[in-house]
Amino acid sequence: MKPILEIKNISKKYKLRGQESPYLTFRDALTSGFKKQKDKNEFWALQDVSFDVYPGESIGIIGRNGAGKSTLLKILSRITPPTTGEIISRGRIASLLEVGTGFHAELSGRENVFLNGSILGLTKQEITKQFDAIVDFSGVEKFLDTPLKHYSSGMQLRLAFAVAAHLEPEILIIDEVLAVGDAEFQKKCLTKMGEVTNEGRTVLFVSHNISAISTLCSKSILLKDGNLIKNDKTESVIKHYLNVINDSQLVWENITRISYSEYILPMKLYITNSDGETIQSELNRNCRYYINFEFELLSIQSELTIGYSLFDSEGQYLFRSLHTDKDENINSTLKIGINKVYSELPVNLLNEGRYQIALDGGIHKKSWDFNPLNQNSINIRIDVYGDFSNSKFWKNKRNGIFAIEEEWVLG
Amino acid sequence: MQPQIEYRIKPPKGISLNLKEIWQYKELFYFFTWRDIKVKYKQTVIGFLWAILQPFLTMLIFSVFFGKLLNVPSDGIPYPIFAYSGLIIWNVFASGMTSSANSMVSNANIIKKIYFPRLIIPMSSILVAAFDFFMALVVFFGLMIYYKIAFTWLLLVYVPASLLLTIISVFGVGSLLAALNVKYRDFRYIIPFMVQALMFLTPVIYPVSIITYPWAKYLIAVNPMSGAVNLMRGAVIQSPPDMQLVLISVASAIVLFFAGLLYFKKTEGYFADIA
Repeated sequence: MKPILEIKNISKKYKLRGQESPYLTFRDALTSGFKKQKDKNEFWALQDVSFDVYPGESIGIIGRNGAGKSTLLKILSRITPPTTGEIISRGRIASLLEVGTGFHAELSGRENVFLNGSILGLTKQEITKQFDAIVDFSGVEKFLDTPLKHYSSGMQLRLAFAVAAHLEPEILIIDEVLAVGDAEFQKKCLTKMGEVTNEGRTVLFVSHNISAISTLCSKSILLKDGNLIKNDKTESVIKHYLNVINDSQLVWENITRISYSEYILPMKLYITNSDGETIQSELNRNCRYYINFEFELLSIQSELTIGYSLFDSEGQYLFRSLHTDKDENINSTLKIGINKVYSELPVNLLNEGRYQIALDGGIHKKSWDFNPLNQNSINIRIDVYGDFSNSKFWKNKRNGIFAIEEEWVLG
Repeated sequence: MQPQIEYRIKPPKGISLNLKEIWQYKELFYFFTWRDIKVKYKQTVIGFLWAILQPFLTMLIFSVFFGKLLNVPSDGIPYPIFAYSGLIIWNVFASGMTSSANSMVSNANIIKKIYFPRLIIPMSSILVAAFDFFMALVVFFGLMIYYKIAFTWLLLVYVPASLLLTIISVFGVGSLLAALNVKYRDFRYIIPFMVQALMFLTPVIYPVSIITYPWAKYLIAVNPMSGAVNLMRGAVIQSPPDMQLVLISVASAIVLFFAGLLYFKKTEGYFADIA
């Protein structure tokens, strides 16, 4: 059997421009003739990626932020051309890089179904034929003739997904559309996607949601810094991803019992979720996590002060938290031997990105054994990713060091 | 089972027009045009009547200031119909150019997410402008009846010829500006100025006959819209315009058409990266 998609040595180069002007100004073009050509910052978003997809397969595309997943989908959807390489496609491709592409606020729900369907590649005849099924699925039949601007964002999303769910291409490309909407809606989408894959359609699926990929995709590819580094069964690709690629280091353990202080012996620094499970992957800022510190107390110290300091990827000191912050008498319950203290990590304050958590503390006024600013500090690195708000427009990193979502109220 | 399709995604090499592909996407072309026409007059009380009212009111103002107060000659026909015939065809160019030039930027969210032949976006903007023209044509015929100007076969020749020349030139300018606007946002500010300046270089409010320098006459003819306006007037005056000047306009429109098309095609692959 011939593959339905042959991806052959695809590479994509971008030229990096200044942050504040992603597009050129006319002046740049006019003056560039006079300036000496600057060393152009080139960036390869994809390098020599090759793989085949056979009819009926559903392929997951896994990788950290910036690994090239979205670029690959954009090339497959023909939105941007590759710099080198070639893709041979033997079927109609429909891509869902976002739900509700082209929705127009001034048009009614009915009109938007036709417009959006047409943008996604359905013919007018196909839309007319499926119109009732689409409306049924969306559950907004009462408001079909109301302009879209009066819809709630949830209703807009349901209508958009309903149109998308009725696409019938041979190859379907999906990017993170499940990252929006409430839990119930996400479940509905996942069920529908499961149906689609069971119907024998070819699906390419990018998501941060590892569990969704493992349910929906039999095979996966793993991208790192634009390179394809693994192409195998989903199970083993995810394992590889969690163990090898995800070079954030989420656990620090003193296996060889190196001494750092004459009062306490640090044993383990790690992150758990609310179920007490040790975390091995990226942290979702909408979930709750705890930082745990295990140590051996060598002698009773009432002045023990231990905690952590948090730094961002540029080494900026963000904050510090100590175990005596709220309760100064906590030390009276410590015992000689193994102890554990833990505290909730305020991930909901953090922006998307990588952070370093360094052990901080010692014996108050006596010896500061764990200096977080020290080169050899005891530390772990975590990656936090977005899912900002329910708006589909704010999924990624925000400006600023912190990312805060607080309610705004009309006063 | 669908027929076997096979296509290749490759780095862009050379320029291919791929008219077949545009034809395949004719429905999307229709939907974009339909959307723009609908949205343009949504939530207005008189709706499509604006397409008629706008040129009509402008014509009234021009007739008072240029026709009455300044006594601008009008080739032997009443000044109101003289101005109106020029205005409605000029409006196709002015609004077609403005909206197609901005079309790629204003549809950036779609361009970044879905593939389709990019050319249909500026093309549908031009069609919207042509739609307004047909609405305004109703008043044009009304004025002809009012001023007792005979309907002759010249109308059937000159009006379509004028519209065709306009569409060819606005397509050229529009697609060129649309592509440039994606890359250089300066054009956002240049375009309104261009519309104003070009209006004075087009014989909308004055007849070509008042230009006495022969070289200036040819220079004005290089502006393809002067040919289009002269053709439109030919139907009212009922005598053919200076065909030499019209041919210069046609030639210039064809050059613009290909310049715009080629530049657009050459750059369209990267719209999604920089839009």
